[in-house]
Amino acid sequence: MVPISYYLVLSAILFALGVVGFLIKRNLITLFMSIELMLNAVNLAFVAFAWQWKSLNGQVFVFFVMVVAAAEAAVGLAIIIAVFRTRETLNIDRVNLLKL
Amino acid sequence: MLSITTFVIVTVIKIVIALVVLLTAVAYSTWLERKVVGHIQNRWGPQRVGPFGLLQPLADGAKFIFKEDLTPPYVYKPLYLAAPILSLVLALTSISLVPIGNWVTVGGVHTPLEITDVNIGLLIILGITSLSVYGVALAGWSSNSKYSLLGSLRASAQMVSYEIALGLSLVGVLIMSGSLNLREIVDAQGGHMAFWIPRWNIFRWPTQIVAFFVYLTAAFAETNRVPFDLPEAETELVAGYHTEYSSMKFAMFFMAEYANMITVASIATLLFLGGWHGPVFGPGWLQAILPVFWFVLKVFCFIFLYIWIRGTLPRFRYDQLMGFGWKVLFPIAVANVLATSLIVALQK
Amino acid sequence: MLELVLFFVFGTIAVGAAINLLAQRHPINSALSLIVVMASLAALFLLMGAEFLAAIQVIVYAGAIMVLFVFVIMLLNAGEEERTPGSRVAMLLGFPAVVLLAGLVAWTLFARNPHPVPVDLAGRFLGSPAAIAQLLFRDFLLPFEITSILILIAIMGAVVLASPVGTTTGSGSPEQAPARREE
Repeated sequence: MVPISYYLVLSAILFALGVVGFLIKRNLITLFMSIELMLNAVNLAFVAFAWQWKSLNGQVFVFFVMVVAAAEAAVGLAIIIAVFRTRETLNIDRVNLLKL
Repeated sequence: MLSITTFVIVTVIKIVIALVVLLTAVAYSTWLERKVVGHIQNRWGPQRVGPFGLLQPLADGAKFIFKEDLTPPYVYKPLYLAAPILSLVLALTSISLVPIGNWVTVGGVHTPLEITDVNIGLLIILGITSLSVYGVALAGWSSNSKYSLLGSLRASAQMVSYEIALGLSLVGVLIMSGSLNLREIVDAQGGHMAFWIPRWNIFRWPTQIVAFFVYLTAAFAETNRVPFDLPEAETELVAGYHTEYSSMKFAMFFMAEYANMITVASIATLLFLGGWHGPVFGPGWLQAILPVFWFVLKVFCFIFLYIWIRGTLPRFRYDQLMGFGWKVLFPIAVANVLATSLIVALQK
Repeated sequence: MLELVLFFVFGTIAVGAAINLLAQRHPINSALSLIVVMASLAALFLLMGAEFLAAIQVIVYAGAIMVLFVFVIMLLNAGEEERTPGSRVAMLLGFPAVVLLAGLVAWTLFARNPHPVPVDLAGRFLGSPAAIAQLLFRDFLLPFEITSILILIAIMGAVVLASPVGTTTGSGSPEQAPARREE
């Protein structure tokens, strides 16, 4: 028997690791992957709550979160490619001017 | 139900048998390919090693083991070593979900003829197909050579594009069967329709024939076989994503490709050709063996079709390939889903 | 009992892979660690009975979105990370702040839920595809259709943004491309 709070604590740890990654990483693509990690942690929390309240709405919401994450990943990676093409760097400390 | 220890022992036995049978099938489909392509090209094929060249796969295996296994110094070693292992593991995993016969009772143990019986078996097989893109992509990138990178990018883009048509062509069958469980899909195809036509999914309404051909074409592209084998053709990109691989690692890619072929052929028989249904007669033990025999026969027909097409058709150019997948197969698959759901809804 | 063991195994794999994502310097290793995180999360979904979501997690997240990431890393040939002064400050302030955040969330969950409901699959509560489809195509039909339009918009946006200069209305312009390096 695994209590629900174990799943929720695991989700909190993963979310916190995602936030750490977002703050300390300097490569644009790794930043993006930290965002995906945060979204995954939130998915885990949703499924845990769907179990606790015996309602499938939580799982349907996870489905929508995945769809939105897919759309956001596609557009975000296209933006990263565009940034790389013009500024020739992926280091976020160097992408600090609005106009080259 | 079975006790835990009996269940574990039975499962381990099934895993061992499935692996041995699958690896032997992979080895002998290479023999079959060389013989059939040889005869299509009006030559004999292997015929020296054993009668009819039947020991040729053993000789090939020995050759692969004895070849020099070199690792070029400029590759990215962790991924270079992991990519063929990943390909082979994924190709062998999907066989654990494929049922090959009815429930049998062997020595007092009543067990289905598959390793696991999952409610979402078809989705898991599609998931494994999606993951096998990684073996190709990582192999090409870690080899640190331009031919490998180009070949792997083309192969990955091709596999990802045709996955969509593959999945959509199966949706028609799922709508008619109402379940993702492979065993239930096959059970829904038992019996006969009008006259003597068996109730296989390929015969039900004109939509499923179209879905079958879309599935077949997408499966050819997924397994990187002719006419879609541009990423690994020797005349195009040296050898594509496995240019820098030698001996056992190359053999693993090779085995993964044939295992994928067998998996795809099994899914086609389960979903479209009625799985293990066929004339069943005779005493008890024969009634247990005959469904397996029909299943193997249908899979063999598919493998033969693969090899026959390999010996006959030329290959697509890359832009023709991608255009075909997105502009022809994908709309046909979507139209098939629409038509099937319309027919099913009108019949209710 | 077995569920507890499986939870700890997959939970440890997930946390270990997430820490590896942060610790690695080359983005391709981070991408592979993230794939391991997603796969172990799919296993955890299965432990909670959400079988459809587990399959979708593998197919969509690990099999499509991460393939996109791996493609971009391969194409852009993103090198290893560098250590700039900004990243050192961020590491100094970031780690304690996040430990604080995680501790706060965990304490709140434990304090507000003194009698947690154990996850017990014997109740046969499964997120089977049929059940989720009932919800998705009846109660949540409007969000479903809107997300399909969202994906269409995302496809068009990605194609326009990433296409090379000179074909469609690509991004970046030729006269700025002889790029200024860092200022």
